[in-house]
Amino acid sequence: MSQAEDIESVDEDGVIESVSGPVVTATDLDARMNDVVYVGDEGLMGEVIEIEGNLTTIQVYEETSGVGPGEPVQNTGEPLSVDLGPGMLDSIYDGVQRPLDVLEGKMGTAFLDRGVDAPGIDLEKKWEFTPEVEEGDTVEPGDIVGVVEETVTIDHKVMVPPDYEGGEVTAIEAGEFTVEETVVELDNGEEIQMHQEWPVREARPAGDKETPTEPLVTGQRVQDGLFPLAKGGTAAIPGPFGSGKTVTQQQLAKWSDADIVVYIGCGERGNEMTEVIEDFPELPDPQTGNPLMARTCLIANTSNMPVAARESCIYTGITIAEYYRDMGYDVALMADSTSRWAEAMREISSRLEEMPGEEGYPAYLAASLSEFYERAGKFQLMNGGEGSISVVGAVSPPGGDFSEPVTQNTLRIVKTFWALDADLAERRHFPSINWNESYSLYKDQLDPWWESNVAGDWSDIRQWAVDVLDEEDELQEIVQLVGKDALPEDQQLTLEVARFLREAWLQQNALHDVDTYCEPEKTYRMLEAIKTFNDEAFEALEAGVPVEEITDVDAAPRLNRMGTAEEWESFIEEIENDLQEQLRALY
Amino acid sequence: MKEYQTITEISGPLVFAEVDEPVGYDEIVEIETEDGRTLRGQVLESSDGLVSIQVFEGTGGIDRNASVRFLGETMKMPVTEDLLGRVLDGSGNPIDGGPEIVPDERHDIVGKAINPYSREYPEEFIQTGVSAIDGMNTLVRGQKLPIFSASGLPHNDLALQIARQATVPEEDEGSDDGDGSEFAVVFGAMGITAEEANEFMDDFERTGALERSVVFMNLADDPAVERQVTPRLALTTAEYLAFEKDYHVLVILTDMTNYCEALREIGAAREEVPGRRGYPGYMYTDLAQLYERAGRIEGQEGSVTQIPILTMPGDDETHPIPDLTGYITEGQIMMDRDLNSQGIEPPVNVLPSLSRLMDDGIGEGLTREDHGDVSDQMYAAYAEGEDLRDLVNIVGREALSERDNKYLDFADRFEEEFVQQGYDTNRSIDETLELGWDLLSMLPKEELNRIGEDLIEEHYREEEPEAVQAD
Repeated sequence: MSQAEDIESVDEDGVIESVSGPVVTATDLDARMNDVVYVGDEGLMGEVIEIEGNLTTIQVYEETSGVGPGEPVQNTGEPLSVDLGPGMLDSIYDGVQRPLDVLEGKMGTAFLDRGVDAPGIDLEKKWEFTPEVEEGDTVEPGDIVGVVEETVTIDHKVMVPPDYEGGEVTAIEAGEFTVEETVVELDNGEEIQMHQEWPVREARPAGDKETPTEPLVTGQRVQDGLFPLAKGGTAAIPGPFGSGKTVTQQQLAKWSDADIVVYIGCGERGNEMTEVIEDFPELPDPQTGNPLMARTCLIANTSNMPVAARESCIYTGITIAEYYRDMGYDVALMADSTSRWAEAMREISSRLEEMPGEEGYPAYLAASLSEFYERAGKFQLMNGGEGSISVVGAVSPPGGDFSEPVTQNTLRIVKTFWALDADLAERRHFPSINWNESYSLYKDQLDPWWESNVAGDWSDIRQWAVDVLDEEDELQEIVQLVGKDALPEDQQLTLEVARFLREAWLQQNALHDVDTYCEPEKTYRMLEAIKTFNDEAFEALEAGVPVEEITDVDAAPRLNRMGTAEEWESFIEEIENDLQEQLRALY
Repeated sequence: MKEYQTITEISGPLVFAEVDEPVGYDEIVEIETEDGRTLRGQVLESSDGLVSIQVFEGTGGIDRNASVRFLGETMKMPVTEDLLGRVLDGSGNPIDGGPEIVPDERHDIVGKAINPYSREYPEEFIQTGVSAIDGMNTLVRGQKLPIFSASGLPHNDLALQIARQATVPEEDEGSDDGDGSEFAVVFGAMGITAEEANEFMDDFERTGALERSVVFMNLADDPAVERQVTPRLALTTAEYLAFEKDYHVLVILTDMTNYCEALREIGAAREEVPGRRGYPGYMYTDLAQLYERAGRIEGQEGSVTQIPILTMPGDDETHPIPDLTGYITEGQIMMDRDLNSQGIEPPVNVLPSLSRLMDDGIGEGLTREDHGDVSDQMYAAYAEGEDLRDLVNIVGREALSERDNKYLDFADRFEEEFVQQGYDTNRSIDETLELGWDLLSMLPKEELNRIGEDLIEEHYREEEPEAVQAD
C-alpha cells in the first residue's frame, strides 16, 4: 500500500463530519470514487465509497472508536491497490495486504493496533534477477523480461506492466536488486521494476477466455470422480455450519495440482487461520515435495477484524491471483467464505442507508458476485501464453437454507456445485458432499482428459456409480416404509454395492496420512474394484446364491480399507482376485 | 470536561444531544438527572453538532434538562488480580459488599483483534469429566465451544459441572501444583433470573470455586442495554488474567440470547434497516467480536476458553442467534429435549454436536491413540441406530435383521450408559474410552470399519461383555 510518507505531498485535506462504526463522512475533501484516504489524527486507512455534493463517505478499514468530527482526512489520490512483486508467496496478509507478521513486529503486541501501515512486499530485500530478453529486443505490455526465484517452487516472472506502452530494451542487466530498483529500461523512457501496483477493483487485462479442458486434480475422490472442477473453472461449496466447508477448502488448498494457491480467510475464525499458518509450512506440496507455503499466499481477515477490510479482502486476493496468472501459472483461489463478504457489503450498505434488496443485501449483490467469479477462467495472456484462475467459494447460508440470496446468486454463476450436507456430517461421512444435490457442468469437457490420462472407460464406470447411487436413493424410500428384508434380493444387493460406494469410495479421511490424498489412478482403481464386486456378486446371485452369503464373503469388507492402504495397487488387485475366487466358490 | 444541557430527543434507550465540540465515536458519557442520579452511556453516532447516546441504565428519569458530560475516552474496565473472588454487577461495580477495587490497569473493553499470525493453535485437551464432551466433542484450551440449549433444559447444570471438573490431565500429575498457570473462571450473566443467579452463586460457594472466579451479574430486571457491556467487561477481565497474569481462564457467558435481544432493541431504537427476524445486519460482526476473544497467544502461558450458553427460541437451530453463533464458534454442544425427558443427564445429543478443534487435541500423546477412531465409529453407529428407530416404529423390531437389531441396542445403550452419567460423576478420559469399547464390542468386528485393525485387536472385547457397570 501507499506509505505514510506519501501523505505530505498531498494537499487536499478534508474534515470529518460524522462517524458511525466503519462509515465516516467528511466535508471539503477533493477525492474521486475509490480513492484511498487516511482518516483522523491516527491516519486510519479508508476508501471513498460515495460522493454527494461536498460530502464524501468513506469506509474505514480499521476500528473507529474514539475518532470524532473535526479530525482531518487526507487523500492519497490513489485507488485501493495491491503491491505486486516477488515476496508475496509464503506471506500472510490482512484484507488490505498488510503483512501480519510485519505488523506484529511493528506493533510489538499480539493484538492488532490501529494506524500502522506496512508495504505488501519487502522493499529492502534483494532478489537475484536473471534477464530473459536482451538489449535491442522489443517488448510489449505483459511480456516477461526476467525471472527471479521467489521460492524453491516458484520462479517469479518479471513482466512489463500492462499499463506501459512497451518498446525497445535499452538497458538490462543481471544481478541483485531490490523490488524498487529499475531492472530494465526502454527506449521510450519507461523503466521496469520488479514492483508493480494494481487497483484491486479492476481486473488485470488479459486476452480471450478459452474453454477449460484440464481438470484441477484435487486428490479428493468425490470431487475428482463425480463432480470435477476444471483449471479455470468456478465452484461453490455451500453448507450449514459444521458441515465441513473449511476442511474441504483446506484440503483443496493442500492437494490440488495448481501452481499457486491464494487462500482467503474472509470473516472466519482466527484459530482456523492459525492452523493454516502452522500447518502449511510443514506440509509437502504433493507435486514438488517442497513446503506448501512456497506456493501459497494467505489472506486472513478474521471475523473480528474490521468489516470494511473484509469487503476488500476478496478483491485483494483475486488481484494477486491475476498477477500470477499473467506469468502463465495455474492459480487456484479459495475464498472462505463469500457469505461473510456479502454480509460485509450488506453492513456497509445499510450504514449508507441504501435501499435494501432481498434479505437486506444491497441490490448490487448479484452484480458484485458475478463480477468476482468472472475474473476466474482460462485465459490467453497478453504475452501470448496461457494461464488460469480457478475459484472455489465457500458459502455459509443462514440456517443451511440454500434458497437464500448469496447461495442462489452464486449458483447462477458457478458451474460446479459441491453441496455440503449436515446429515452426512452428523454421521461423520466426510467429505460431506451430497451426491444427489451436487453437480458439475465440466464433466463432459473434462472426460477426454480422464480417458487419455487415466482410463479409457472412465465415463462409463463413473456413470455406473452415479446410477447405483441414484437407485439407492429411490430404494431407501421404500426401505423406510417396509424394511430392507422386504426387498427383492437383487435390490438388496444393489443397496450393499451402494453402501460400498458411499463408505469405501466417496468417504475419505482427511486426517489419515494416506487417505487424505487420492491420485486419479487410485480413484479409478478403487471404483473398478467395487464394480468387480458388483459384477461378480450379481453373477453369483443369478446362479442362485442367497444374498446373505454373497455379502458375507470376507474379501468384501476389505473394500473399506482401500483408501487407507499404503500399497494400494497390490492391495486392490488382491481384493479383486479374492472377491472373484470367493464369490465364484459359492456356486 | 464540558457539560451540556442540550438534550433534544429521548427515545427508548437513546438520547440525542447537541454539542459544539467534536465528540469521539464510542466515547463514554455521563448523564446527570435533576434529581442527582448519574447514568452512564456510550456514543453510538457522532456527527457535527449532534450525537446519539445509548444509555446503559435505561433512559427513565432523564428529561431535557439533564446535563450531559463527555468523558473523552472509550469505556474501560479496571483490572487487577484482586478481582478473583469478587461479584460485580453488569457494569462492573462490586455488589458483594467487599472493598473498593483498586485497579492495576484500565483496559479498553472493546478489545483488539488478536493478530492471526500471533495466535497459537489450541491443542491442549481439557478433561471435563463428561463423556459426551470428552469422548465425542473434545474441548481444548483456547476454544470457544457454546452450549446450544432451550428453555427448560439443564444447561446451567452442565456448565457448572464443566466449571467444576475441568482439568488438564498431565498437569494433575505435575509436581508444581499451585505454581505456574492457574485456572480461573470468569462468569458473565446477561439477563438471567435471580433464581438462576442464586443457583450459580450457591454452587460457586459450595464448591469453593468462587475464590478463583470473577462474577458479572446482569439480572433479568437490570437494564437491557447494560447487557451490551457485561460480556465485554467479562472478556476484558479474562484477557487480562490470561495474557498478563498467566491464568487459564474459562469464560462462561449466559445467556447470549438475552444479549442479542438487547442488540436488536438498540438497533430498532436507532431505526436501522433490520436483517433476519429484526436482528441487526451487523450481528455477525458483533458476536464475532465477543467470541473471537478466545484463544492462545504464542509465547504466552495463559489461555481464554469460552463456553457461551444460548437458548434457542422455539428449539430452532436455524434461528439467527444459534445460526450466527455456530458459524463463529468452534463447534457446539447440543442439548436435547427428548433425552432430557428420558432422564439422561446431561441430555447432550452428540449427533448435531461438534468440536472443530477435537482432531488436533486428541490422539497419541494427547489423550489416547484410539480416541479418534472410537469416536468416529460411535458417531456412525449411533447415527445408524437413530435412523433405524424410525423404521422400528413402522415395521417393528422383528422385521429387522440381526445386524439392524444390534445397532438399535447400541443406540439405546449409548444413551443410557455413555451419555448418561449424572452431574456429579467425573469420568477420566480412560474410563470414557473403555466404556466406548464396551459398547462397540456389541457390534461384530467387521462392522468397525472406521477403526484401525491393530486397535481392534488391542481393545475389542472378544466375548459378549457382561453387564457394564453404570459408570
